[in-house]
Amino acid sequence: MAAADNEHGQFDLVLHALADPTRRDIVRLVLREEHSVSNLARCYPMSFAAVQKHVAILERAALVTKHKHGRERLVRGRIEAVREVARMFDQLEATWRDRLDRFGDVLAAPDTNIQKSTTKQGAKR
Amino acid sequence: MSVTDVRKDMSNLTMTVVSHWDAPIDKVWQLWADPRKLERWWGPPTYPATVVEHDLQPGGRVSYFMTGPEGDRHDGWWRVISVDEPKRLDLQDGFSDADGNPNDTMPTVSFTVTFDVLTPNRTGMTIETRFPSAEAMAQLTEMGMDEGMRTAMGQIDAILAE
Repeated sequence: MAAADNEHGQFDLVLHALADPTRRDIVRLVLREEHSVSNLARCYPMSFAAVQKHVAILERAALVTKHKHGRERLVRGRIEAVREVARMFDQLEATWRDRLDRFGDVLAAPDTNIQKSTTKQGAKR
Repeated sequence: MSVTDVRKDMSNLTMTVVSHWDAPIDKVWQLWADPRKLERWWGPPTYPATVVEHDLQPGGRVSYFMTGPEGDRHDGWWRVISVDEPKRLDLQDGFSDADGNPNDTMPTVSFTVTFDVLTPNRTGMTIETRFPSAEAMAQLTEMGMDEGMRTAMGQIDAILAE
């Protein structure tokens, strides 16, 4: 499943890209509206080249796309890429919440052999 | 609900779940230390777990299998890294084949579980899960990039929030 592997490798790129506060900020901006790189460069206390580099990392992670608009190259955010990472964590959270629900049930159950206990107080939450 | 906090650290691929229980620390510890108790909560009801080996000491091994609705069997193991009863457990969790040999094609996840006395009858339990890579995480949460994109907008704010 080479295609799937590439997709999974893509997550590493996404997480790496989102690990930097400037890049997170750029994503926030371009999710709202498109910006040219020079426009973005004016928003941050760093060189045009540095901002361009950040955009390139975001582009490689497919968090943003660039397209031509007249003489300018506009950067646009890709919401899907952000959502996928969030979904992965949500699924993990759901697994642990379910597991800890059961943990609570076992903890509340009578300590002795369950079959023996007919009173069952505390077994239900 | 006994889960009091869930912290997701996207860039470090860790998730921390904090929970509080109305029970003394030793009793909470027993749910990890007693294999008969562990198997009652580890697997979901549709994939109940059966613990086979349970050697909860440094270098020790815990092995279990989960039985699916079709009678399908899924073998897993923990490698016990360190134990400080009843305060802390460091584990690695992985899959194995039916002979109990670790399955190297599936990723291994690390856990640290810490137990805290809040009062004599109330215990905090913090579980930190660490993934070796985002690829491993995607593999274990069994999701693909091409699945539907249905996450609510609020979650994007969460991931982009500092």
